[in-house]
Amino acid sequence: MNNLADKLFSNISKLVAISVLLLVAWIFTTLVQNSMESIKALGFDFILGNKWAPNIEKFGALPAIYGSVISTFIAMMLAVPVAIGVAIFLSELAPAKLKTPVGVSIELLAAIPSVVYGMWGLFYFVPIVRDIFGGVGISMLTAGMVLSIMILPFMAAVTRDAMNTTPDILKESAYALGGTKWDVIKDIVIPYAKAGIIGSFILALGRAIGETMAVTFVMGNVHKISFDLTKAATSIPVTLANEFNEADSGIYYSSLFELSLLLLVVSFTIISIAKFYFLRRKRIA
Amino acid sequence: MATIIEITENKALEVKNFEFSYAGTDAPSIRTLNMPIAKNSITALIGPSGCGKTTLLRSFNRMHDLYPGNRYSGEILFHDRNILSPKEDLIHLRIQIGMIFQKPTAFPMSIFDNVAYGMRLQGVKNKTELADRVEKALKDAAIFKEVKDRLKHDANGLSGGQQQRLCIARAIAVEPEVLLFDEPTSALDPISTAGIEELIVELKDRVSIVIVTHNMQQAARVSDYTGFMYMGELIELGITEELFVTPRERLTEEYITGKFG
Amino acid sequence: MTHTQKRVFINNAVMVLSTLSALVGMGFLLWILSVLVINGVEALNLNIFLNEGAPSGNPDGGLKHALIGQLYLVGAATFIGVPLGILAGTYLSEYGQKSKLSETIRDISDIMMSAPSIVIGAFVYAIVVHPMGHFSGWAGSIALTIIMLPIILRTTDDMLQLVPSTLREAAFALGAPKYKVITQVVYRGAKAGILTGVLLGVARVAGETAPLLFTSFNDNFLNTDMIKPMASLTVTMYNYATSPYEDWQRLGWAAAFILSMFILILNIIGRLFLLKKKGR
Ligand SMILES: Nc1ncnc2c1ncn2[C@@H]1O[C@H](COP(=O)(O)OP(=O)(O)OP(=O)(O)O)[C@@H](O)[C@H]1O
Ligand SMILES: [Mg+2]
Repeated sequence: MNNLADKLFSNISKLVAISVLLLVAWIFTTLVQNSMESIKALGFDFILGNKWAPNIEKFGALPAIYGSVISTFIAMMLAVPVAIGVAIFLSELAPAKLKTPVGVSIELLAAIPSVVYGMWGLFYFVPIVRDIFGGVGISMLTAGMVLSIMILPFMAAVTRDAMNTTPDILKESAYALGGTKWDVIKDIVIPYAKAGIIGSFILALGRAIGETMAVTFVMGNVHKISFDLTKAATSIPVTLANEFNEADSGIYYSSLFELSLLLLVVSFTIISIAKFYFLRRKRIA
Repeated sequence: MATIIEITENKALEVKNFEFSYAGTDAPSIRTLNMPIAKNSITALIGPSGCGKTTLLRSFNRMHDLYPGNRYSGEILFHDRNILSPKEDLIHLRIQIGMIFQKPTAFPMSIFDNVAYGMRLQGVKNKTELADRVEKALKDAAIFKEVKDRLKHDANGLSGGQQQRLCIARAIAVEPEVLLFDEPTSALDPISTAGIEELIVELKDRVSIVIVTHNMQQAARVSDYTGFMYMGELIELGITEELFVTPRERLTEEYITGKFG
Repeated sequence: MTHTQKRVFINNAVMVLSTLSALVGMGFLLWILSVLVINGVEALNLNIFLNEGAPSGNPDGGLKHALIGQLYLVGAATFIGVPLGILAGTYLSEYGQKSKLSETIRDISDIMMSAPSIVIGAFVYAIVVHPMGHFSGWAGSIALTIIMLPIILRTTDDMLQLVPSTLREAAFALGAPKYKVITQVVYRGAKAGILTGVLLGVARVAGETAPLLFTSFNDNFLNTDMIKPMASLTVTMYNYATSPYEDWQRLGWAAAFILSMFILILNIIGRLFLLKKKGR
């Protein structure tokens, strides 16, 4: 009796665990299958084409790819230095009384749904960008900035965690040689926590590139490559969010799946790099 | 009351009415402590765990100031100035008074860069001067032979004993006047320990040394003076041989004969 | 300036910069939070909880449909995702342990936790919405379940591993079969941690919008039939906020406020559980 129950329990739990792997495989194959029509019809023109016009069945994803890359790049450029600053403040500078409350509120802010950041961006940030940089305010630049604010809490929190792994005794040794706080941070803490810090930045990058709601509100979904950052633009997730429900023809539908597939492959790759290359040692028990 | 011998030679440091409490604690970890530290000699601090040895040692280079909320009063004289004064230049102080920790603390950089670190902080840029001084420090720390072919290698590849000697090389490279050791061999094997002890004895021609140790044989082997601390107070300070052979305080005697601690 | 003076100067400059960046970062976040609270509280009233959606211009429009829809969507996802996640996590920690299979499942789950959620929406569209021919509450719940699963799995796995093995051994020594050791001893030891994982998992999917856009879609009226399209707070928020009508936008802020508070509270409770556990 017990024996049977034991077998049942172990086998069922194993089955469920394995089903997670099957699920991921299923996701990939489904996306590939549904992309087939567009992959066959368009080939590399899909990735290299810069014209996206569903009404004449032209599906060039380059503007969306370009938008994903540039908006994420802007977000990272803005968020990385600020995140490092916040992390330094939290791990080395803040008085003990501030450390925990500020640290915890930053972690909590990372939990606020991204759609809220998008809404805030639309109503409060777009007008400011419009006034300062011109244009209509719905733009690549706005998207990058809102995205940077959205990933900031996550980045600051993980950077701080990485910096906090530096043993006190190591920092004290550098102070004992007459180092200033900054000397200790740049010569000891950052080199020591380097893998963790870079890994978390790349992880944040992987998340940012797939982020939909924070940018959908403020990007405009315009399929046009422009070097003017104040112009409306689009990205892969923005295109998906705006057009999935409209796709009528088979190839339109299929090309959106190809976009999804592309996004999944790219973020899987980025996240894997972060995880396997930089964050490997972090696994504890 | 405490029995503290007069020190006739020059003093490296002199502690006067020193009191110390950690942040968030009411009871002081050190209470009205007076203690001279002789120049160019080795002073050992012994006493049961938690008696305040580390706390006192870290007061000499103001390590406690790294953490907010610690309170202290009294004086610690160094070249006739009170280094506890808020005006004290801590960077300068820490260059003059170096420290070696309980565990080896090789920085995440090459062996050469580890030893050069303190000098670079002081602005030494000249390549040959750096190389010369690094070599000298490594020789003085009796580790040059072992590492001379891999100066560019990561310091974390060295053994524990080698790393500890590297840390000593790093500390003496900036030519401090005082070196503080906090149980420098407690993480090492007996052979490495013997090497470090030998090294410490050799160093005293150039620096004054304060060493915290749990190992009474070690104190007896290396030190000239020994201070016995108990519950935040200095119970007895004497010439090492005398303190171990004819302790004047009952507590000291009980401790060194293993009655407690 | 001596070298040391220069170092001290640079140090001070960097410290000022880092404090400033902390202020800027916190400033933006406080700004967002205060916008959320001010707009949200201003838009709150009883009607919001009592009435369904209404055409713009109708002052009686509420969010009841979205609140209840959200409850269904997240509730169903929790109902499916939590037991599956706990079971899978149990396998990893108690049976698979450090085996190759377990490590692979852990790695893949970790990656899935950061994977773009809109892609999950596309997947569910392909396997549920497309064959059914229409959007449905179930489709939305399935998408949320897929997002929740790796979170629950990994926290369960981690939390079970924290249970000291002496506890297991003691139970085995009494002759208990493994499944009883797990369900009666190990689970009990990891209760607070698993609960935290569940709370965080629920909080995480409750804020998801992208995977619902083309699965559960939306409905401006109350619907409790999961076969049909279903409203959610997040999609309603998106639709209302991007609409040109001010009253709808106000409702959007109310939805944002309610949802954010819900998520924050879940996060805080989750943390308290963990703290309490650590405190012991
Ligand atoms: N950071 C701290 N905060 C609060 N109290 C502390 C702190 N560090 C040490 N103490 C307390 O101060 C007292 C003295 O500690 P100290 O570390 O100086 O002892 P010690 O003699 O070096 O002991 P050990 O031989 O174990 O190293 C102890 O009661 C200890 O609990
Ligand atoms: Mg100590």
